[in-house]
Amino acid sequence: MALINLANPTRFLTLAERVLPWLIAATVFAFAVGLTQALFLAPDDYQQGATVKIMFIHVPFAWLAMMCWGVMTIASLGTLIWRHPLADVAAKAAAPIGAAFTFLCLFTGSLWGRPMWGTYWVWDARLTSVLVMFIMYLGVIALWRTVDEPASAGRAAAILTLVGALNLPIIKFSVDWWNTLHQPASVLRLDGPAIHPAILVPLLSMAIAFTLLFFTLHLAAMRNEILRRRVRSLLMLQAQRASA
Amino acid sequence: MTRKQRRLVLLSVGLGVLGVAAGLVLTALTDSIVFFNSPTDVIEKHVRPDTRIRLGGLVQPGSVVKSDDLHIRFEVTDGNKAIPVTYQGILPDLFREGQGVIAEGKLDGAGVMKADSVLAKHDERYMPKEIEDSLKKQGHWKDDYAAKKTGGAAAQSGTAKVQ
Repeated sequence: MALINLANPTRFLTLAERVLPWLIAATVFAFAVGLTQALFLAPDDYQQGATVKIMFIHVPFAWLAMMCWGVMTIASLGTLIWRHPLADVAAKAAAPIGAAFTFLCLFTGSLWGRPMWGTYWVWDARLTSVLVMFIMYLGVIALWRTVDEPASAGRAAAILTLVGALNLPIIKFSVDWWNTLHQPASVLRLDGPAIHPAILVPLLSMAIAFTLLFFTLHLAAMRNEILRRRVRSLLMLQAQRASA
Repeated sequence: MTRKQRRLVLLSVGLGVLGVAAGLVLTALTDSIVFFNSPTDVIEKHVRPDTRIRLGGLVQPGSVVKSDDLHIRFEVTDGNKAIPVTYQGILPDLFREGQGVIAEGKLDGAGVMKADSVLAKHDERYMPKEIEDSLKKQGHWKDDYAAKKTGGAAAQSGTAKVQ
């Protein structure tokens, strides 16, 4: 199905209703597999012992927080360039999910940092750039709530999202460009993962599970946003008739 | 040019300019963005006593001297220069000889750093304990790092990132 066909909200809603139950089932299954591997099968790390298991949620949160901004960036281009009617719905629905993932990434990272590094928080480049992303998520959400008219709110939020997209490479490469307390990339690096398969496989399973969770939540949130807009336009129509 | 193309070009140019600006700012601020300096940096920059700095590097094997009241003295090295550090307090679990650490504090007149916090840095490698043991038994432990260093690929400025 071409992307343009989905421009029709009714068609999109029908599709969403059909896909959502499957997505939910896939998410539950992926979490069952991922959690079994992460909690019971994954070995302790040679240096960090059992603490390394925080990685199985911390790293997927971090990846998805960034992927979510990527989704919002593509949606923003859809809003600004092609004026796709569902693009700003997608962007608006993604922001709170991304904000939650970013917060959880920072929170679990902090809990991991205390026993391993000896501190909950430092202002190094990686941690600070992720905090900046969290604040920008809150900014996008606030912007959506400030402007009443969805079309103009969508355009303003789209521009802010594109500006925030410049932060993504900074987050990714902060550990290579500057000295940081945070260690460099373990998985997404040129010479292959520096994680033993026994720990890498559960990590990837959890990442798949969280990715499915993201798409489930995002699709449901988009459906809700479309329905909310219908209610809004019906109410306005009613008010117009009443005053006429 | 259609309206869509014009918007696309406008956005790309705008983001490009913004990206270059951000790049310039970050390059200019590099000195304040780096979280720590290696012993070589500290010695070459002639950091004056009583300036707060963060010193990052490896704990020189064999340099750790523990005494009563949680007093500890060790040397932080980057393989080139080493700076002695004194500290009183509880150390992170990962603190050990050969481990990457970051000490924050002031240099005294004699070039000894009096640290008021010591953080442990861990590397990006994760593996089960048994693998570490068998690597050590076969004598392959950390030789990929040694190879990297001689190959000049250690653009990491030889600091704590080495391990």
